[in-house]
Amino acid sequence: MKILTANRLTDGIAVWYADGGWAETVDHADLAHDKAAEDRLEAIGAKAYAANEVVDVNLIDAEVVNGVVQPVRLREKIRAAGPTIRNDLGKQAARAA
Amino acid sequence: MYRYDEFDHDFVQARVAEFSDQVQRRLAGEITEEQFRPLRLMNGVYLQLHAYMLRIAVPYGTLNGKQLRMLGHVARKYDKGYGHFTTRQNIQFNWPALSDIPAILADLASVEMHAIQTSGNCIRNVTADHFAGAAADEVADPRPYAEILRQWSSVHPEFSFLPRKFKIAVTGAERDRAAIQTHDIGLHLKKNAAGELGFAVYIGGGQGRTPMVARKIRDFLPEADLLSYCTAILRVYNLYGRRDNKYKARIKILVHETGVEEITRQVEAEWQELKDAELKLPEADIRAIEAYFAPPVLAGRPEGDQAVKLARLDSKGFSEWLDRNVVTHRHPDYAAVTISLKGIGEVPGDASDSQMEAIADIAEKYGFDELRVSHEQNLILPHVARADLKAVYDALVGIGLATANSNLISDIIACPGLDYCALATARSIPIAQEISRRFASLERQREIGELKLKISGCINACGHHHVGHIGILGVEKKGSELYQVTLGGSADENTSVGEIIGRGFSSEEITDAIEQIVETYLGLRLDPQEKFIDAYRRVGPAPFKEALYAGEAKAA
Repeated sequence: MKILTANRLTDGIAVWYADGGWAETVDHADLAHDKAAEDRLEAIGAKAYAANEVVDVNLIDAEVVNGVVQPVRLREKIRAAGPTIRNDLGKQAARAA
Repeated sequence: MYRYDEFDHDFVQARVAEFSDQVQRRLAGEITEEQFRPLRLMNGVYLQLHAYMLRIAVPYGTLNGKQLRMLGHVARKYDKGYGHFTTRQNIQFNWPALSDIPAILADLASVEMHAIQTSGNCIRNVTADHFAGAAADEVADPRPYAEILRQWSSVHPEFSFLPRKFKIAVTGAERDRAAIQTHDIGLHLKKNAAGELGFAVYIGGGQGRTPMVARKIRDFLPEADLLSYCTAILRVYNLYGRRDNKYKARIKILVHETGVEEITRQVEAEWQELKDAELKLPEADIRAIEAYFAPPVLAGRPEGDQAVKLARLDSKGFSEWLDRNVVTHRHPDYAAVTISLKGIGEVPGDASDSQMEAIADIAEKYGFDELRVSHEQNLILPHVARADLKAVYDALVGIGLATANSNLISDIIACPGLDYCALATARSIPIAQEISRRFASLERQREIGELKLKISGCINACGHHHVGHIGILGVEKKGSELYQVTLGGSADENTSVGEIIGRGFSSEEITDAIEQIVETYLGLRLDPQEKFIDAYRRVGPAPFKEALYAGEAKAA
């Protein structure tokens, strides 16, 4: 399974494509289960990049754990949570609050 | 320290205005990311995992209280309350919004700071011995020459699009604290038999995926020829350096592939064309720049001896800190102080906004308003009266920055690694923290003695692992972090590249492995005076390999 991720142009914050927009958390990112869905996500990413909404657009591997979407690779897990050394920073900070 | 003249002010203001306009056009969608990327990089703006990152130049690591206070202000107002001091003596912020960067740069310009040439394929921030101007063992302050190089290299039209980035370091002492032999150009300021100042010139050092120790191509270059000779080196590099492969584009590869004799011949030939032209530095100009770096007037403070003696009796903590983090100054009543940004279990090189402000206060009150950033990611107060050391220590204790571990195993250089960096393949900081906690006892660290441990989270080697007495390189293998250990590296006047000791270790195993290496050293050293690096050079890798891997061989 794949999901679409990028960084928002204005502030560089990591975002994931979900429900027709860019969400600040990965939890409910749109999942592509097949090649056709991946192509659809890629096209959405290319369009958002061209429209200067986001930069560094990537399709990444994901899985569903306990009903929420999670990236597979460590790099992407850290992007989705924040630095592992500072739980008060990044997405995990809002979650803990 | 150096003060901007009118030209510098106008130049930095013009750059702030130019980049602010570029940011506005990018945000308005008038320029594309492909067009904007090189522009933002020239102004120190990267895109990392979580957000943008802004790297701010601290020329040759020198700054004053007002500037450090401004960095604290930037951390608080625009970032998340902290900054990270880097191995190029710079500082970087990990969370700025692109839309705030024009305002940040305007604030920085108000205290004579900027982010120019902190990235890109140009000549980067020139680094220098962090004890420059204070060290008892230097022939002269190397910073005036670093400043001359800064002025010459700033937006140099010929050298703004080099094959790859280019790094220069200068030391004024025999004992090299600026790691000059790991640089594209390393300059060792010295005096010849006639007592004239000049440089031994090294080229082609570097780390990354192909570590190389620089080669000396000239034993004595008169100071007046600094710019013409550096120009000759850069011309040869710019002309012949490889542009077909990013990983072979640094001057070290050119030196290696061309051969040091031939490249020296090319540089000397180019220099013959340049040496008597407009790049020759007039004596008056050198002395004028030097005047900016005139040391503060250090009044006699002979009461320091007695004050230190009494304070030692009074406080064991002070006594330990004095022995470890305070070094001899050229003036007997003064000392240079290392403020460790390596508290046990802390993130190497990080300082909070309030810590930066408090350090600025200390520098203003006790340190003649002078501060340095060291390439080892600590801060330095270069001139403190010995009579004031206890007050400085007490103030540092108050902000949690009095850890007495300078040059000990917990004084670790670590790159940001996979916790922040888009290029990293493994985390560095948590490994540094775990090792620091494992060796938390300062008594144990002192017993081990000087040991430079350096950690990189990818082969680009920003954490200088190749030249760590113990180096750790984090890589990704089969989806997990794996840590390779190198031993025997060094970045001083006897620079060497460490050797890989054997198979790598998982994140769970690596701290045990480091402890085993240290215990092996303790078991084989001739006496407590024999440092880790000296012992390693004497015995080689075999005993360490045996300690780490012998069990496996038998089991297999």
